[in-house]
Amino acid sequence: MSFLGKLTLDAIPFHEPIIMVTMAVIAVVGLIIAGLITKYKKWGVLWRDWITSVDHKRLGVMYILLALIMLFRGFSDAIMMRAQLALATSGAPGYLPPEHYDQIFTAHGVIMIIFMAMPFMIGLMNIVLPLQIGARDVAFPFLNNLSFWFTASGAILINLSLIFGEFAKTGWVAYPPLSELTFSPGVGVDYYIWALQISGLGTLLTAVNFLVTVFKMRAPGMTLMKMPIFTWTCTWANILIAASFPILTAVLAMLTLDRYLDFHFFTNEAGGNAMMYINLFWAWGHPEVYILVLPAFGIFSEIISTFAGKRLFGYKSMVYASGAISILGFIVWLHHFFTMGSSANVNAFFGVMTMVIAVPTGVKLFNWLFTIYRGRLRIGVPVLWTLGFMVTFTVGGMTGVLLAIPGADYVLHNSLFLIAHFHNTIIGGAVFGYLAGFVFWFPKAMGFKLNERWGKASFWCWIVGFFVAFMPLYVLGFLGMTRRLNHTNNPDWNIWLYIAAGGAVIIMFGIISQAIQLYVSFRDREALDDTTGDPWNGHTLEWATSSPPQVYNFATIPHVDDIDTWTDMKEKGQAYQDKASYSPIHMPKNTASGVLIAASLTAFCFAMIWHIWWLAGLGLVGAIALFIQRCYTNDVDYYIQPDEIADTENAYNSNGKKELSA
Amino acid sequence: MLIRNLCNIAVASTVLALSGCKGGILDPKGQIGIDEKNLIIIATVLMLLVVIPVIVMTLYFAWKYRDTQTHEIYAPKWAHSNKIEAIVWAVPIVIVIILGVITWQSTQKLDPYKPIEGKGKHLTVEVVSLNWKWLFIYPEQGIATVNELVFPANVPVEYKITSQSTMNSFFIPQLGSQIYSMAGMETKLHLIANEPGTFKGFSANYSGAGFTGMKFNAIATPTQADFDKWVNTIKAGGNNLTHANYVELAKESENNPVAYYAKVDDGLFHTIVMKYMQAHGDMNNKHHAMGKHEHMSNSHHETSEHSLASSHGQGEE
Repeated sequence: MSFLGKLTLDAIPFHEPIIMVTMAVIAVVGLIIAGLITKYKKWGVLWRDWITSVDHKRLGVMYILLALIMLFRGFSDAIMMRAQLALATSGAPGYLPPEHYDQIFTAHGVIMIIFMAMPFMIGLMNIVLPLQIGARDVAFPFLNNLSFWFTASGAILINLSLIFGEFAKTGWVAYPPLSELTFSPGVGVDYYIWALQISGLGTLLTAVNFLVTVFKMRAPGMTLMKMPIFTWTCTWANILIAASFPILTAVLAMLTLDRYLDFHFFTNEAGGNAMMYINLFWAWGHPEVYILVLPAFGIFSEIISTFAGKRLFGYKSMVYASGAISILGFIVWLHHFFTMGSSANVNAFFGVMTMVIAVPTGVKLFNWLFTIYRGRLRIGVPVLWTLGFMVTFTVGGMTGVLLAIPGADYVLHNSLFLIAHFHNTIIGGAVFGYLAGFVFWFPKAMGFKLNERWGKASFWCWIVGFFVAFMPLYVLGFLGMTRRLNHTNNPDWNIWLYIAAGGAVIIMFGIISQAIQLYVSFRDREALDDTTGDPWNGHTLEWATSSPPQVYNFATIPHVDDIDTWTDMKEKGQAYQDKASYSPIHMPKNTASGVLIAASLTAFCFAMIWHIWWLAGLGLVGAIALFIQRCYTNDVDYYIQPDEIADTENAYNSNGKKELSA
Repeated sequence: MLIRNLCNIAVASTVLALSGCKGGILDPKGQIGIDEKNLIIIATVLMLLVVIPVIVMTLYFAWKYRDTQTHEIYAPKWAHSNKIEAIVWAVPIVIVIILGVITWQSTQKLDPYKPIEGKGKHLTVEVVSLNWKWLFIYPEQGIATVNELVFPANVPVEYKITSQSTMNSFFIPQLGSQIYSMAGMETKLHLIANEPGTFKGFSANYSGAGFTGMKFNAIATPTQADFDKWVNTIKAGGNNLTHANYVELAKESENNPVAYYAKVDDGLFHTIVMKYMQAHGDMNNKHHAMGKHEHMSNSHHETSEHSLASSHGQGEE
């Protein structure tokens, strides 16, 4: 075994022009960014205020930045796939051979779910949840930083696969025996395993962290049934993460043992059984989609009640419906493989259970409707996303229930109908929700609002693009086109493949509009300044802070009497009141331990992928040593003094009072 | 604006979809497929009873209660109504109960393992997915084909399905259900063609680089006599599928041409299904015994034993 294990120069795909050009562009952009940071002397700021930060708000911003970068990567994959399928019709080979195309659809799935949607959701939760419950930070701020860097490590690993070696060619589910060594001897599946493993660890730690935060750190007076609805849906999602991610960890560990140590959990040989993997994978995978969509439901609830100027209709129903979805989400996993040959009774049970989920979901839709009813709906960008969601998601839910009928699934399974369905729910449900939340809470996180016109342009491109891109896939599913095909030879399909590619281009304009929106808003940030911290006349406690909030969030922890605490405080005249005196605030110190531990573990994972055993040992021992070192550090906190607090608070309160009287 | 866009898209796609659904699952040519199409239509119509009102209400409420409509009632604190809550829980529950009953009954009726009744004797075809082609063995006729499946119309066909290597899904959309093919296991499917014709078949589960080329034509001959004639032509062909030939066939290949075998070694399918059991209890030797190619060669003498143990009668000739 050589010094670098299996890693040689041959691992770099010099012969692939697409990849080499991409790498060149990334290198140039990276150099420009690094140059700008050097020019404006921002390396110190970057390290002190962001990379080592334990502040939940800054971590949230970094999560969302990661999600947006990964959205760009995942969407590039999507455009390439749609272009391939639009070119490779009538027997033409297109421009992507299976060797490359199969990696792209695998990477697209993994990146969009694990490295775009999850960080986006966790980012919003990071920014908003502690503020909503009136807490100064999460329960374990250092752990929060560590979780972020684990997620980032996974994203880095998956992108390293672009230049070093290959990514998995198995589809994002990586079913054995295809993902076993016999059929996937390359490093692709190993990249998949380690990227998911390390980011999954980060996600699990996040869930534990936020569960403890919610259960132990709510402001006085905030009983569970007075928690804001977004906090509730995140809590349900965190319960799902805590219960389901260990299954993913275990199943990936078993696949690792199969591939590295010649075990036979899922192999064809020696009593292995691939069906176990498929069951375990979906025992995680199905709750995962509710992990993605429940917080989005919470976002829509907050937005619709805020912009309708009304209390949320049926708060209790919403909480219980979310709980019902969470629990039912665990007993439906078999609907992902009705076609495996289970008996009719088993298939029928899982089919009916899946439909039952439509009940609480339907209730939620009606509750949003009755929140609008007799309100005064301000149709801003967040509301457009919400209305777009309600229309789109209803269609996605309907096709989902259709797929839940085993008799229908026998012909629709693995077809493009299925692809259309889950994009309909994940884009129309989760992603629209995150984009709505992004516009809604952007002023809170950054201190200025986003440009309205470009926001609307983006929304219309996204929703029109979505329908143009995915409705044809429903049709193609009915026409008998199956998923993951590299090229087609059926003249009836061509027109639909062309339309779908056009839809992807329209979505691309939506994404470009968002980039422009960010640029324009940053340029005009003084005109868009949010001076009061409450730009939308909000209901909940995150709006009771300045924008962006002080590092300590709340100078004095508020007392909660109502679900819509902030509305209640405004009505009782308790908002923006100067306090005579403040107590010192206990705060956590920033730390480099998180990023260093994650860097060591990234080295470990990379070394495991390439069988560089010395580096693997070094990375693992390094990570453990750094962790122990952190455990024995006592210098982890500091106090903010009352006079400092008084200065900042008085400035903020006077702004707020001016606004309130105007 | 939104409403008009969506309506246009919906109308346009429905019209186009219905006019262009030739050859898909909405154009079934077999009883199972017809039942499944009807199931899809009934379920969709039922769900549209809720879906359409929800979409209309969403857009209507958003329009009616927009903030410029200051004459509309504004009730900022109104957030609960037992009556409405009861209705919003009851409506989805009722629909789901109806759908649940339909689901339960249709799942029993359309169980892929259930033989098709009242249509006479079944033809049995043993299906093996290989990287990346389909092998069809006709145990009753003693012949085999690659990437072409022929059977008489109006005769129920029982498919016994397994895989040589990776997981695939055996699917002929116009005839109905698909079922996974998995190595070391046998799954079952029952289909029938109600009329003669050539239907597209393929693998519906991604299985690696050559997956796209795993296609075959499923040809339903007009009569049993036509089918018998076809069998006899194949039998006259002279090419044999022995266990040794099978090892050769099992090697990876893409876009395989159609091939015919006049004679098939007895119990080949059974050997393929059971091959991973041969090393059972012999874990120490697994690297020698388990290598796909080596163990196939020593499976000749074991075949007879397995055939005896087999519960399904092999070959009636």
